[in-house]
Amino acid sequence: MFMKRHVLTMREFSREEIDSVLDLAASLEPYARGRKSDMMAGKILGLLFFEPSTRTRMSFETAMNRLGGSVINLGPAEGSSISKGESLADTVRVIGGYADALVIRHPKEGSARLASQFSPVPVLNAGDGAGHHPTQTLLDLYTIKKESHLENLSIALVGDLKYGRTVHSLAYALSLFGADITLVSPASLRMPDPIKADLSSKGTRVRETCDLGEVINNVDVLYMTRIQRERFPDPVEYKKVASSYRITPEFLAGAREDLIVMHPLPRVDEIAPSVDETPHARYFQQSFYGVPVRMALLKMLIGKGA
Amino acid sequence: MSEIKDEPKGLRVKPINNGTVIDHIAGGQALNVLKILGIAGTTDATVSVVMNVESRKLCKKDIVKIEDRELLEREVNRIALIAPAASINIIRDGKVIEKRTVDLPDEIVGVVRCQNPNCISNTLEPIKSRMLVKTKNPVLLRCLYCEQPLTDRIAEYLI
Repeated sequence: MFMKRHVLTMREFSREEIDSVLDLAASLEPYARGRKSDMMAGKILGLLFFEPSTRTRMSFETAMNRLGGSVINLGPAEGSSISKGESLADTVRVIGGYADALVIRHPKEGSARLASQFSPVPVLNAGDGAGHHPTQTLLDLYTIKKESHLENLSIALVGDLKYGRTVHSLAYALSLFGADITLVSPASLRMPDPIKADLSSKGTRVRETCDLGEVINNVDVLYMTRIQRERFPDPVEYKKVASSYRITPEFLAGAREDLIVMHPLPRVDEIAPSVDETPHARYFQQSFYGVPVRMALLKMLIGKGA
Repeated sequence: MSEIKDEPKGLRVKPINNGTVIDHIAGGQALNVLKILGIAGTTDATVSVVMNVESRKLCKKDIVKIEDRELLEREVNRIALIAPAASINIIRDGKVIEKRTVDLPDEIVGVVRCQNPNCISNTLEPIKSRMLVKTKNPVLLRCLYCEQPLTDRIAEYLI
């Protein structure tokens, strides 16, 4: 079922391939929670993070360590050959010679694809500038499947839908599952038209609104994203917009009992800390699910029999 | 066989005996055509360029004649990026021995750079730009690396 050599974008995944990743992730969850395993014994994962990362980097490390494998790390670019002007192509050829797979995060769009052309081993894209972040989308799908349901899903994507790479690839992936998607954003941060047209062409129902209150009572999943201050030249305008997309327990009072709230984290003001105590909060589970999902991808790419 | 039909006979540039005539280039695009073909100012070839002549097919057209060089199909197909109506005439001993239109290949390598300044292909990496041809009329290109589309203003991004 899973014949990939690299994981670069969600567009390269069929519905069946997504299902097989999510199924395998479910079977690996006990190992993510600490059950001993030597599934990846003798395997080495190379981490090439040219940009800061907490969750993605650490969950890949956790996934590999818990499965009995090990991790090598490029470390900060300043102390490495990168600061001497080495090309990305050379870096991945060299580190690809040490490791069984590479995880790369890089500020330039298309960097993971370039890496895949030079690397002798599989490449996993952990974010290429404003481009793709497929392992985030897969863990989001896993969270929705585990904590809600992927079939007949009604979901609201909220916040910065213009620049947020996670929501673009999540919306695309959800279109493969026939989800009903409501886009909630300020007018200046709407999802780009080509992406909306692409979703509609796949038969996905897409609605758009500025008013979160209008949809809150009718969705299964509320997927929040951070609205970045730097997107607004006027600080007053930023405050106004940011406060209109802030979730509190009171705001969730009329929501469905089984509504779940997700967020790729880090959050700033968009979800009040008191929401953490409500039965709706799932963002910490979501970040944990990064471990079994990344375990599944690693096992499929470089595990025994892969 | 005769020389090119639309050309005003005996007026501007005399017919060539051997080489390639590129006709029906959209008016004003002749220099970009030369750029795509890699024919710079330092070429040894005898090159004639006629710009903005009246045309029945196009309102204004350009014509490029390159003497003693028969361009290969893969060389000329790239011209379709900016001159999709162009026709290529291979001339031997004063006669048109082959006449063909241009057809864009599915991928264009090293001819057009990506318009996204943050694309990895616009850095010092040891790669050539790679553009996938999504549609041919109108021309829609998509960068293989960052997936940014490029449709109008292609001439501005010729390498």
